[in-house]
Amino acid sequence: MGKKKQADDRFKKFGTVSFTSITKINDFIQYMEDGKVMATKCKDCGLIFFPPRADCCQCLTSNMDWAEVSGTGKLVTYSKLEYAPVGFGDDLPYSIAVLDYGDYKIFGRIASDVPDEEVRVGMEMKTIVNKLPNEQLNYVFQKV
Amino acid sequence: MGKVAIIGVGQSTFVRQYPGSIRELAFDGFKEAMQDAQITAKDIGASVICSAPEYDKQRSPAGVFAEYLGLNPQPTFYVETLCSSSSMGLRLAYSLVKSGLHDSVAVIGFQKMSEISSAESQERMGRGGDIQWESPFGTMMPAYYAMYARAYMEKYGTTPEDLALIRVKAGTYGQLNEKAAYRKAITMEMFSDPENRMASPVASPLRTGDCCANADGSSCIIVANEEKAKAFCKKPVWIMGTGAATTAVNLAGRDLFSGLTVAEQAADEAYKMAGITAKDVDVAEVHDCFTIAEMMAYENLGFAKPGEGKDLIQGKETYKEGSIPVNVDGGLLSKGHPIGATGGSQIRTVVLQLRGEAGDIQVKDPAIGLVHNIGGVGLYGNVTILGR
Ligand SMILES: [Zn+2]
Repeated sequence: MGKKKQADDRFKKFGTVSFTSITKINDFIQYMEDGKVMATKCKDCGLIFFPPRADCCQCLTSNMDWAEVSGTGKLVTYSKLEYAPVGFGDDLPYSIAVLDYGDYKIFGRIASDVPDEEVRVGMEMKTIVNKLPNEQLNYVFQKV
Repeated sequence: MGKVAIIGVGQSTFVRQYPGSIRELAFDGFKEAMQDAQITAKDIGASVICSAPEYDKQRSPAGVFAEYLGLNPQPTFYVETLCSSSSMGLRLAYSLVKSGLHDSVAVIGFQKMSEISSAESQERMGRGGDIQWESPFGTMMPAYYAMYARAYMEKYGTTPEDLALIRVKAGTYGQLNEKAAYRKAITMEMFSDPENRMASPVASPLRTGDCCANADGSSCIIVANEEKAKAFCKKPVWIMGTGAATTAVNLAGRDLFSGLTVAEQAADEAYKMAGITAKDVDVAEVHDCFTIAEMMAYENLGFAKPGEGKDLIQGKETYKEGSIPVNVDGGLLSKGHPIGATGGSQIRTVVLQLRGEAGDIQVKDPAIGLVHNIGGVGLYGNVTILGR
């Protein structure tokens, strides 16, 4: 028997609990380690995908470039959770939200240091990489 | 090609904890539907089993149920679209009968949610979203629907009290439904009392009173072709239209947050097939997993213009005596929501209404009924239109 090839399971670092370990866009995690949140852009049709995809279903190709999420988006909606699913209780309370960048939207959390009373639908926010207490990585929305 | 009918309906009592196994649970709904149709297992050409995965340990429940219910050697199908599984099962049964492949089909929905804890259940339901890009943030159903509620209330100025009115209506009729898990009256005072459980926040802006609860339950709908329906059944109810749609699983892939596009699209397809409009509907069952879901359904189905759903509930137009009675069986909010069984229970209610057999909750002489059943957070939409 030959030596078993090491699986690229970097995606298990994503979020408080990751339910995926192996994906073709694992470099997303490397970018996050470097402080960047990345989308993918189809080289054939120019569509930008967030969450990033390995494949373009419009062109049926997999010619993707990475493209950094930059600038600000508008807060579309959010909700503050008082209960959490199994595995997330230590994070409570936290708010999940959607941010609209125009070409794409991002689903994530609002940064825990943003006071509730300052959160408004329509406010401009930016997406930043966040290190969780359990050493996992996610991204959060911060005031600008 | 002949018409397709519903000739029998049944459901188990929905309960917090069913004292039996999943096959025994399925038997309860099946038995009632078979007795209602006054047929035997040999009259059934095929079965369609509907549930959401991971609440119990049985892999491939369809084969197990087919045997337990006496439906061997007929073929069986398994259908899963989360909370709308049994409405999607009905759509499959419709096409199986319409095509002539089978002359009658039993659609059996079930869910035994009590085998796992409530927090585990929230984790499973959360994984009905995008497990790669949403679930790692700690998502759960109430929070997803709360995000719709936030966007909706922001856009239209609808208040938490408007949403509470929907729960009060559900409680009014839940008391009358002996199959419902929650049969207590709910008042607006409960929502304004911070000490009351109804008023406790779950995921802002939704409160406990805005949310349906898990339940164990089963349902069964017997579908037959026109010839068989006329031979077996004094009061067949006809499937006039069926609509279904899908959208992006991740909320980031959606454009509308003040309504569900899948409901609009499924309604559009169903209305066209039936040759009717929203005005022709006499009674409706809508997917009120949360109060906001019923509010959006009013508008997505065309009962109210966008933003005017609150006028319907404030004016009691969706009560039994109103212009468009909705969820007069107490809805999911009172019955409980055993995922895979829910659609079949909604269909059962509308069939009983159209037959004039709905008892205390009978709406005056309805000719056309509608069922709106949503899977996931507006991921799957099913609308079915039934007529006498
Ligand atoms: Zn492309």
